[in-house]
Amino acid sequence: MANKVFHVMYDDDQKLMTAAQALVSKGIRVKDVFSPFPVHGLDPVIGVKRTRLAIASFMYATTGTLLAIIGTWYFMIHDWPMNIGGKPSFSWVENAPAFVPVIFEFSVFCGAHGMVITYLLRNGLLPGMPASNPDPRTTDDKFVMEIVTDQNSSMSASELEALIKTTEVYELSIKEY
Amino acid sequence: MQKEASIRQPLILGHKTYHDITNDIVSPIEGAAPRQWKIAITIAAIIALYGVGCIAYLVGTGIGAWGLNKTVGWAWDITNFVWWVGIGHAGTLISAVLLLFRQRWRMAINRSAEAMTIFAVMMAAVFPVFHMGRVWMAYWTLPLPNQFGSLWPNFNSALMWDVFAISTYFSVSLVFWYIGLIPDFATIRDRMVKPGMKKFYSILSFGWSGRAKNWTRFEEVSLVLAGIATPLVFSVHSIVSMDFATSVVPGWHTTIFPPYFVSGAIFSGFAMVLTLLLIMRKTMKLEAYIHVKHVEYMNIVIIVTGSIVGVAYLTELFISWYSGVEYEAYAFINRFSGPYSWSYWMMMTCNVISPQLFWFKKIRTNLAATFVLSIVVNIGMWFERFVIIVTSIHRDYTPGAWGEFHPSGIDVGMFIGTIGIFFTLFLLFARYFPVLALNELKTILKMSGESYKKEAEKH
Repeated sequence: MANKVFHVMYDDDQKLMTAAQALVSKGIRVKDVFSPFPVHGLDPVIGVKRTRLAIASFMYATTGTLLAIIGTWYFMIHDWPMNIGGKPSFSWVENAPAFVPVIFEFSVFCGAHGMVITYLLRNGLLPGMPASNPDPRTTDDKFVMEIVTDQNSSMSASELEALIKTTEVYELSIKEY
Repeated sequence: MQKEASIRQPLILGHKTYHDITNDIVSPIEGAAPRQWKIAITIAAIIALYGVGCIAYLVGTGIGAWGLNKTVGWAWDITNFVWWVGIGHAGTLISAVLLLFRQRWRMAINRSAEAMTIFAVMMAAVFPVFHMGRVWMAYWTLPLPNQFGSLWPNFNSALMWDVFAISTYFSVSLVFWYIGLIPDFATIRDRMVKPGMKKFYSILSFGWSGRAKNWTRFEEVSLVLAGIATPLVFSVHSIVSMDFATSVVPGWHTTIFPPYFVSGAIFSGFAMVLTLLLIMRKTMKLEAYIHVKHVEYMNIVIIVTGSIVGVAYLTELFISWYSGVEYEAYAFINRFSGPYSWSYWMMMTCNVISPQLFWFKKIRTNLAATFVLSIVVNIGMWFERFVIIVTSIHRDYTPGAWGEFHPSGIDVGMFIGTIGIFFTLFLLFARYFPVLALNELKTILKMSGESYKKEAEKH
């Protein structure tokens, strides 16, 4: 039997939420949802885990802090200690207050750009990448739920279709793949 | 879904659906360019080209083409730099700080304010970069390994901190802006019919599909970027102020500078946002999204920051007397009574007195009055920087070195030119980019849309 993919379209975020809750409670796995804006509260229903991007950002920022500390020590203390206005240049610690702005800026720089690059790569977002939303209206005002038969092997395709039709469906498209 | 108190005024007026929001914002991009836009961009581009010509002349001749002299070594260039950086503070403040405070009215203005930020910071960068003289050696400010021996930039210097602060601020603001633009570009891509335009927006949208996981990540990235951009906003203008505060020039050597500059920056930034948005809402018919309430909120920010700036001016005056340092006292007496006193009083009137008019509800909810006052504030903030920079250094310690500054044609041309470049870029943005964060607006439609709020009251 060929696998089938159901693209269930709703015309309202509230209808989508209600439908998702109803279908999930009947043991149906929702593969993905395409929406024009973030639908709050949907993620736990369809089993999307919280992203760890914030942790990644913290690690990038910490790397930035370390690099800036090493850099300021190497440039200003180790490689070529300069006597500027009689300020001490013997040890990094004595000179550290003057380096705080640069260390801070560089940490923010690494934290922000590292996180954004990770975000783009994890989402597969790069210039010229093809879009994968099933219907162009999902970036305007429609919400599409993607359900595939091989993730819901406990029921037949026709049973699945009947259950889906109990929700307030706006349009339903079924394709084989 | 979150509910909003019914006494709060709706942020989106009229009966709008999700599709209407898309239509309202995207249809100006699809249609032919309006006549007014063509006229405006032609004027802006001519001024911009004149500015580019002045810059080319400056590079060819050397910075002697400016009106600088031995005593006044910093004048219009750094005034313009600080003015533009200050204007560039509103965008990230609106999108970052107001996001953290969950101010939903920011959604109508953040996109264009961020665009304004980016263009303003670009214009700011023009001045210190060309002040270097041999501009092709600008990369010497970076700690790059080099063939001159162990030659490194001086990390003790506030000017060096500024290089890091401005470049971090610019690049982080740019990325923050673009992350928000990606889903909106996808909306435009999916609506476009002309293949060329479709291709253009398809490249810009990076293949955004709007999956649930994409949106989770999107919201997390926005929140974390807002969290780290907030201290960044405050640090950048603090560091700009340290360019002055770490020196030993009377009038500059003040510990009050960082908070004073930051509030001044927010003050001028909001004024510029108002100037631009009041024109944009009218010409692009965005009255339903940017209405009197938004303007009133921004005017309240202007009262607060304008008052902080006013207090800072008076504190400076008091401290110059209280310090007992005669040079310090003289610097301030000279400010309000010396040869540049006209610019001091101009600054005082525009920045301290005029924003106080916003205490009257009639004035702060009047769009024409707001527009006039926003321009007055912009002028006042330019004079603030001029007063701080030129009046402090035109009287040296020895009277033999006293001097005055007269701007040359190149000074004026470069300043006017950057305004031209700024408006050219902003007009291009308004024509080809989604001017409101349309997909973010959809998230507040049911909460703050007028018709939805009325519906909710019935229950």
